Amino acid sequence: MSAPLLDLDGLTVTFPTARGPVDVVKGISFTLGRERLGIVGESGSGKSMTGRAILRLIRQPGKVSARRMSFDGIDLLSQGERQMRSLRGARMSMVMQDPKFSLNPVMTIGEQIAEALVTHKRLPRRDLKARVLAMLEAVRIHDPARVAGLYPHEVSGGMGQRVMIAMMLIPEPDLLIADEPTSALDVSVQAQVLDIIDDLVTGKGMGLILISHDLNMVARYCDRILVMNSGEIVEECRASDLHSAQHPYTRGLLAAMPRMDEDRDELPVLDRSTWTTGSGT
Amino acid sequence: MDDGIRHMSIAIHLENLTISYGTTAVVHDVSFDVAAGESFALVGESGSGKSTILRAISGLAPEWTGTIEVEGKPRAHAPDRSFAETCQMVFQDPYGSLHPRKTVDTCLAEPLAIHGIGGRDNRVKDMLAAVGLDQRFRFRFPHQLSGGQRQRVAIARALMLEPRVLLLDEPTSALDVSVQAEILNLLKKLRRDQGLTYLTVTHNLPVVSFLCDRLAVMRHGRIVEIADVADLKTGRLAAPYSRELFAASGGTLQPA
Amino acid sequence: MTDWLLDDSPTSRLQANLGRAFRIWTALLRNPLAVVGGIIILVLIAMAIFAPLIAPYSPIGQDLANRLMPPSADHWMGTDELGRDIFSRVVYGARITLLIVTMVAVIAAPIGLIIGAVSGYFGGWTDRILMGVTDIFLSMPKLILALAFVAALGPGIENAIIAIAITSWPAYARIARAETITFREAEFIAAVRLQGASSARVILRHVLPLCASSTIIRVTLDMAGIILTAAGLGFLGLGAQPPLPEWGAMISRGRTFILDQWWVATMPGFAIILVSLGFCFLGDGLRDVLDPKQGDKS
Repeated sequence: MSAPLLDLDGLTVTFPTARGPVDVVKGISFTLGRERLGIVGESGSGKSMTGRAILRLIRQPGKVSARRMSFDGIDLLSQGERQMRSLRGARMSMVMQDPKFSLNPVMTIGEQIAEALVTHKRLPRRDLKARVLAMLEAVRIHDPARVAGLYPHEVSGGMGQRVMIAMMLIPEPDLLIADEPTSALDVSVQAQVLDIIDDLVTGKGMGLILISHDLNMVARYCDRILVMNSGEIVEECRASDLHSAQHPYTRGLLAAMPRMDEDRDELPVLDRSTWTTGSGT
Repeated sequence: MDDGIRHMSIAIHLENLTISYGTTAVVHDVSFDVAAGESFALVGESGSGKSTILRAISGLAPEWTGTIEVEGKPRAHAPDRSFAETCQMVFQDPYGSLHPRKTVDTCLAEPLAIHGIGGRDNRVKDMLAAVGLDQRFRFRFPHQLSGGQRQRVAIARALMLEPRVLLLDEPTSALDVSVQAEILNLLKKLRRDQGLTYLTVTHNLPVVSFLCDRLAVMRHGRIVEIADVADLKTGRLAAPYSRELFAASGGTLQPA
Repeated sequence: MTDWLLDDSPTSRLQANLGRAFRIWTALLRNPLAVVGGIIILVLIAMAIFAPLIAPYSPIGQDLANRLMPPSADHWMGTDELGRDIFSRVVYGARITLLIVTMVAVIAAPIGLIIGAVSGYFGGWTDRILMGVTDIFLSMPKLILALAFVAALGPGIENAIIAIAITSWPAYARIARAETITFREAEFIAAVRLQGASSARVILRHVLPLCASSTIIRVTLDMAGIILTAAGLGFLGLGAQPPLPEWGAMISRGRTFILDQWWVATMPGFAIILVSLGFCFLGDGLRDVLDPKQGDKS
């Protein structure tokens, strides 16, 4: 039995507020092998914070603590910033929501992807160019030489996100965290982008954490699902078993979504008293 | 006489509507009618021009040619006071549609003040109750409200002048699933109780299934298909683009 | 009382607005530099109000036998060339400084705000014309324009105030215009226009309140510059006229004695530095406290 790629035990993220310290992630634990894990939740559930905490991207005044947070045997909590930098990109990467904001507007696409590679590996320029073009093709961009010379604002949202994926996967990391990778995209493009992520991840035997608010999407593209609410994991199940989920929150969410063949007069609304949450108002 | 009756039963009439921003036309030659009391959806992806049509109807997108009539009256190319009492709009972003420095009470009383309508105190209280907001939210500022609460305030604001037609621009796209359900229920109830006409813009097909009677699918500024919601629910949309959109949204296609 | 102010569900508009002001106040108090700045300003105001009680001597009473005395127990800041107690003159001078700074703010800020907001809201030719005028004023060096005005209208405090106000408003107009352009397309502005609000109503009740905080911050930070410009005019003999104890004029008089009787010029100089610093700290503190609320998404 091989050691898990990612092992989290008691991860807690705390932020100070005017009313005292608030835990946005409350001691969650899970492991990840070379598989696709989906983390689903609404806003304020702590799912994005979990992703950032794994990459140690949470800065002061936020505080991250855990009984254990290890990646491939490396204790992430004891790594200094320099060591984390050598891990980020090379061994663990993150794709974020909106390429409008996550791509550098003043560098060409080719330059940015090359930079992602060069940060971790020295390569002669010719090889670099070849690798960049190969990666653009791998994310199904048909005219890689032309696109490499474009600036981010000159390409569509879907293509920008594919560029982001190329940038994050070119150093061949072992773990990819995708934080709402398709929320800013049109419906018809979402499936394409997710297919690309899926192909690349399974093709290279990587681990994937897919963070989203879209239960159905996560069920389609992941092997296991974690449902988070108010900083806690309320349900853990196989993706295929989602519709027989046990926890009232998950069942409530599934029922509250309108369906394509909708025939209900009223959508069932979450009765938040069936479990205790920290959220007020 | 016949024309008069026709106009009374048609809430929104669009004919050969072309809308431009500067020299670029973003909506081309669009025509459709929304009957009084109907809930009609404009569906499409980004860049389809659906939100632009709402802006032209309300007067916020002044450069258009063609015909726009609301309740039989032709529309001007700018917002106007009498129109405000017929038709109002609910915007997409609950974080951007409320003035950050005004309390909920001021926000709701403003349209009454503009039109010189009295009894503001009671009207504000009644409207808060109608949209399911407790009175304790009345003097809060927007940053003290959650997304769903802000959207309720936006809906309340739109209804203060008792319009008969409501334009809804992606009213639940920025909300969590659980909150979306509450707002959709509220919209459905309000329409039933007050006999309102809805023109809703959305990219979310299941929302259309829940809330609307008919829909128009748009792409690149043109209408691709106008269908009954029954066709949407059973997967029998006709046009190829509509079917693509349907499948991408997770629907199971049936032969048209 | 604190609970009433911090109540999450206020029951009246008064409670809501007071509560908001209270939260800003407590946030400001958490910033030590802002507190220091605030205290300095308060001391300035106290000195101005209670000058007759604080100053041991008359600010204009001469005593030629005791001219140019160094700081001592009798005269904390020494005496000037006419034997007047410098400390008393500095204390009374606070009144003049406060008057100049307040009047300039009261005149220039509203003018700048309205011109900027109208320009930003309407755009097009209105914007071009108004900004053209603003740019003309902005492109002139402040002190020189103030000089020209004072030269035309004659020296004296009132004219110095008008002159400085005329050179200050363009910056506020620019800020107000930039802010207005940011919100012009916002949905809450669209919403109130759809309700049938006139442009005047939108600008006065919806746009201006949003520009107010950045203008307040800018005015506070500008106070230092205004004091220095007034001092400069006073230095050149074009501001307050003798025997008024205006700090800039005092520095000018003390110039001749700066090597041997340094206190005559330096004491009012310290006062200017201290007050300018106070306004800068307060302005910075206000910026930290007022800005986040505007873009608050939580």
